[in-house]
Amino acid sequence: MNSKTADRIATGVFITIAIIIISILVGLFYYILVNGLKHVSLDFLTSPSSNVRAGGGIRDQLFNSFYILLLTMLIAVPLGIGGGIYMAEYAKPGKVTDIIRSCIEVLASLPSIVIGMFGLLMFVNLTGWGYTILGGALALTVFNLPVIVRVSEDAIRSVPRDLKEASLALGITRWHTIKTVILPSAFPSILTGAILASGRVFGEAAALLFTAGLSTPRLDYANWNPFSDTSPLNIFRPAETLAVHIWSVNTQGLIPDVEEVSNGAAAVLVLSVLIFNLLARWIGSMIHKKITATK
Amino acid sequence: MEKLIPAKERLLKSNKKWMDGELRGKILVILCAVIMISVTISITIFLGSKGLQSFIHNGVSLIEFITSKHWNPTNQASPQYGALPFILGSFAVTFAAALVAAPLGIGGAIFMTEIAPSWGKKILQPVIELLVGIPSVVYGFIGLTVLVPFIREHVGGLGFSLLAGTIVLAIMILPTVTTIATDAMSSLPKNLREGSYALGATRWQTIRKVLIPAAMPNLLTAIVLGMARAFGEALAVQMVIGNVRDIPSNILDASATLTTIITLNMGHTTYGSVENNTLWSMGLILLIMSFAFILLIRYLSSRRKM
Repeated sequence: MNSKTADRIATGVFITIAIIIISILVGLFYYILVNGLKHVSLDFLTSPSSNVRAGGGIRDQLFNSFYILLLTMLIAVPLGIGGGIYMAEYAKPGKVTDIIRSCIEVLASLPSIVIGMFGLLMFVNLTGWGYTILGGALALTVFNLPVIVRVSEDAIRSVPRDLKEASLALGITRWHTIKTVILPSAFPSILTGAILASGRVFGEAAALLFTAGLSTPRLDYANWNPFSDTSPLNIFRPAETLAVHIWSVNTQGLIPDVEEVSNGAAAVLVLSVLIFNLLARWIGSMIHKKITATK
Repeated sequence: MEKLIPAKERLLKSNKKWMDGELRGKILVILCAVIMISVTISITIFLGSKGLQSFIHNGVSLIEFITSKHWNPTNQASPQYGALPFILGSFAVTFAAALVAAPLGIGGAIFMTEIAPSWGKKILQPVIELLVGIPSVVYGFIGLTVLVPFIREHVGGLGFSLLAGTIVLAIMILPTVTTIATDAMSSLPKNLREGSYALGATRWQTIRKVLIPAAMPNLLTAIVLGMARAFGEALAVQMVIGNVRDIPSNILDASATLTTIITLNMGHTTYGSVENNTLWSMGLILLIMSFAFILLIRYLSSRRKM
């Protein structure tokens, strides 16, 4: 076989691979959305789920997902930005920095089920809380922290040196420079990264199985007292999220309409993640335009 | 007469206020760093000590645990704790998934960087990003409703099989492999390509003889990272693999992995019982494997520097 033919065959193979990858994605989205959106209605989104009968919705699961996401981000973002600032501005090259970097690497590569087990040990058994939203949010914080740290470190490092040096030259101290000059200009990238990470947290289930639990108590949405057992805002109640719900109805559920419910829930889940991604891009490019004054 | 405050004191005073904010900031960020270290260390210590309990307190033999193929913890008279089928299952499904995902991922990367750098990247990049965004339970659910019946009807067996687990995992790690392989290929210096073309090599010869060998350590890193993800994936695999206690004899057999057994049994075994403790030991194996993957990646990247 001469080399030209081999070249043509190879090109053909690579194009085939690209087509395979694209068709996997198209197939997946087609399946999820076409099968799922049929079952998504206002009623599906606003009625509570049922354990035995058909026709249950996903109201509580959807609320729980967003609530846990919010709590996770409230904890993880400040911690992660702090860590990012440390790594980008304060850490001196040396043993300690190497250790911290390894810690981030380890955290990032831990399987989510292992984080779930750690959560079970720490936030469920050791604290004696049982399955709680707070425990779930803390486990997800562990899961999410390395991503946020990496994103903020990169964002801070990519702030132009001139800005920082100009501020320091004006006699402003280091922390003040970080607070008033570096963080604001790194903010768009951090925000974009955090929203992308939200998508990942939103779909995570394995870390939540043993920390936030597989059930939700009967909720009363008119009850805004966060210390009441029936209040949706109570952070010490068990909470099944949307992703966990898909898993649990498929593996241990008794309802007859498993497929309908999980199709609908999968569509809602994927659409939410998609919206997070689009939002991240949109906000990123909007802020970029505002700052750089390009049209 | 007004009391004169010496300039020195005034300066010190204002200086002190500045320094306070400075110190507070520094303490704040150092605290964040300390929290990260302590979380990592406490995960290692807690899971380590909990995972060793079955061997130390319950007298389960470590050798039996990793070499026996009999898993029967609920047998009252003589419970057996052999986790070999699950360990093998984890490795089998991980390697098989890497075998499927590596050519696809690296091929996709070469397509994006060499075959069609302009429009190929524009199409394939968002595709890869969208694939990352699909949650793992959704992969598992689609595997369960589409893949499992398909295998049952057209290939044979029960449908719940190593094969189904492999395919689901391969699709899940495909974005990881592709992204890192693309970075590896596009960070190769341009003169490698140009030198090869100038010698009259075709594109395929250039890719095979010059670019792939040059990017090899990075491509291996991509595959190892994919495998690390596959090894730890729990729910998606659990939904399609069938979860039986036997060692699979072929790819259409149902099987189980460490993660799937943990997922299934952690919820309904009593905390502190022997069976529960052996699950923690499996978690410890997962932890050790994830350290091993990190060391492997470190080794690969140290080879890259030479």
